[in-house]
Parts: sequence; structure tokens; C-alpha cells
Amino acid sequence: MTMAHNMMLSTEKLVCVRDDRLLFRDLDIELGEAEVLQIEGANGSGKTSLLRILCGLRQADEGRVLWQGEDIHRSRDEYYSAMVYIGHLPCIKGDLTTEENIRSLLDTRSRSAAAKEIDEALNKVGLGGYEDVPSKALSSGQRRRILLAFLLLADASLWILDEPLTALDVRGVALLEQMIVDHRDAGGSVIFTTHHGMQLPCEMRSVSLGVVPRADLDMDDADV
Amino acid sequence: MFNAFSHLLIRDLRLALRARHELANPLIFFVLVVSLFPLAVTPTPELLQEMAPGVIWVSALLAVLLSLDRLFKQDYDDGSLDQLMLSPNPLVLLVLAKVLAHWLLTGLPLVLISPMLAVFMNVPADTIPIIVLSLLLGTPVLSLIGAIGVSLTVAVNRGGVLLSLIVLPLYIPILIFGANAIDVAADGLSVKGQMYFLAAVLALSLSLAPVATAVALRITASR
Repeated sequence: MTMAHNMMLSTEKLVCVRDDRLLFRDLDIELGEAEVLQIEGANGSGKTSLLRILCGLRQADEGRVLWQGEDIHRSRDEYYSAMVYIGHLPCIKGDLTTEENIRSLLDTRSRSAAAKEIDEALNKVGLGGYEDVPSKALSSGQRRRILLAFLLLADASLWILDEPLTALDVRGVALLEQMIVDHRDAGGSVIFTTHHGMQLPCEMRSVSLGVVPRADLDMDDADV
Repeated sequence: MFNAFSHLLIRDLRLALRARHELANPLIFFVLVVSLFPLAVTPTPELLQEMAPGVIWVSALLAVLLSLDRLFKQDYDDGSLDQLMLSPNPLVLLVLAKVLAHWLLTGLPLVLISPMLAVFMNVPADTIPIIVLSLLLGTPVLSLIGAIGVSLTVAVNRGGVLLSLIVLPLYIPILIFGANAIDVAADGLSVKGQMYFLAAVLALSLSLAPVATAVALRITASR
């Protein structure tokens, strides 16, 4: 692989064990500017665990994650200013309106947006006119779209998305694909997981998480 | 940085005001328990007065304990807690905002209604300010210490009993000094010692509890 781009996120020999099961070991990932990385794998192969390790929510059992060459737990402020993570939980409060939900998500990132910017983002994700509707009145697909609007406004160079296609309809999927392409064209990077294949009209790499061979597991036990 | 604090505080207050039925729960619990006591025991005025500090403080403590779950449970369940932990702002500050919101919504109403309950319990008028002051110093500590317990148990299904086991031993000094202050004041003695103790515990927990809570939240999320 050429190292033409500036390296953004990289991992060194990541190991993840969950409930005495080795999910992956010695995982090295490198992600440069304007790169899209898809994490593939069956259910329970550790995709979500990997993403939570990449964004620092979960501690890797071994190895480390580097942001621009520095351990993310040491450069937390810079890393978290530049990265947005969207997990499979909705992060949406039913009692808040669409606009309030977006604002409170942006507030955690110390980012403020003008009402006009929010309107534009909502129009783009197909939620124009829903600004003042309490989110509990929205469908789950619409709630996912609130998160897409948040992504557009978050001003982050790295997106980490866990199963971003969940609950989205065909047009929602197309919208997200276009957002990823636009983000990449603007120099940003994306890491996402999916179990149904996503066809992006741009260059994309993928990493497969699979079942670790039994022999490896035995060796591990011997090491311990 | 201060913006993140105030925005989170406002968000939590707004959410609570939109779910008002939940908001009233601790207050109703407090009033009910205190007003049931005179019905259950033979209420001579002297006995009521004797029991008042203990009854008021125990009821306030349990009311706060029952409301603790609200601190992080919803945020944990819907994933908002992850977003708070991924904030470029110090997590300690955000924890402090959430605890302050919790106190404003549960502790403060208890403090405000306590004079009325003191009258129920036949507490002499000049002791009532002591009740208010002791609760004013004590209830924030209950929220601050409670936050540590909730952050450790929020991922556990039905962690209520576990939460009580973790938090109650830490609540006991507050209970003893808070109720004792009222007792001593009713006897006409100085309560400076008790108040200084409560104030010192408040200062201590204000500076240490948010740090412990932030660490506990990171541990909870790393599972």
C-alpha cells in the first residue's frame, strides 16, 4: 500500500477478547486522508467492539490506537474534536424536537450551528419541516436521518459509523452513500461496518473480521 | 468549555420539565412518608418533635436514592452517554452539569418543601431554618455520591439493590450529622460543628465525586 496520504488513524496489533472468546488479534489498520474503510464480518465477529476500541470507548486487550501518530488516550482532545462516532443506539431523546436533538448532539462537540445551517442539513436528509416535531413522533428511519443531519453539521474529518444503514429506506441508503462520497471528496475519512454490502461509487478498502482459527486460540491459552 | 456545561444542564432541565410526572415522584414520596409517620405512631406532640429530624432526613435520603437512576439510565440506554464520553470537553465537567441538574430537580424541591413538613411534625419555628440549612448542605452530597454509584451500576439490569448497597454506607455520615444538627438545635445548642462537617463533606464530594464518576463511566462504557 502506498503511503501517499497523511496517516490519520492507525492501529498497532489490536487484540480484542470478549467473554473468553478471541474476536481478533494483531489487527493493524491504517487509514489515511480521504479514505473509506469498510469493516466486514458476520454477526458477533467483533465489528462493534472494534469500532468502540477505535473511538476509545472500549479498552483494547492489547495493542493501541493512534491518531496522527499519537495514542488516542493521550491526544483525546484533538482526536475527539476531529472524530464523530455514531453507534447503533439512536442517541435521540423522544421528548426533544428534531432541532433540539441536533443542537444537543452538537453541544457535546462544542459546535454551534445557525438555524439556517440546521434547516439546510435537515432539508438535505429529507427532514425539512420536522424541526419542531418531538422526536418520539418520528419513525425509526427518520430518527436515523436526524443523526445524518448531525453528521453533516459536526464538522469532523473522521466518521466512525456502526451499521449506518440500519432502518434507512432505499433513498436513505442512497443519501448516506452520497454523503460518504462527498465527505471523502472533501478530504475526510470514513470507517463503517455493515453486513449487507454497500456499493460506493468511489475507491474503498475493506477489512474482514472472521473467526480466529482454533489453533491460534490454543496457542494463546498457552501464552497466558 | 463552560458552554458545554450550561448547554447540558439546560438540556437535562428541559427534558425533565417535559416529563413532569417523573419530576414530581421524589417530592410526593418525601411528603407521603413524612405525613404517614404521625398516623402510624400515637402522635403526642412531644414524640413527633422528638422523631422529626430522623423522619425528615431518612425520607429525604430515600427520596433522593429512588431518583438516582434517572441520572444516567436514560442516557445510557439511548446511547447519549457515549456521545458525552466522546466530547472534546472534560467529562468531569459534563458529569458535574448532570449532577447539578439532578440536584435542582430532586434535592432542591425537597429543601424547599421541608419547612412545611417540619410544621407537620411540630418542630419549633426557630429550628426550621436549621432543617432547611442541613438539607441544603446535605442533599447535594447525596446527588454527588449517588452519581458514583449510578455510573457503576447503570449497565447492570435491575441494579437498584446493588446501587443501594454501594451508596447507603456513604450516605450514613450525612444522615447522622444532618439529623443530629436538627436535634441539637431543638435543644437550643450551637450547631456550628455539624454544619461545618456537612459543608466540609460537600466541598470534598464536590471536588472528588465528579472525578470518580467520570472514571466509573469510562469503565462502564468499556464493557
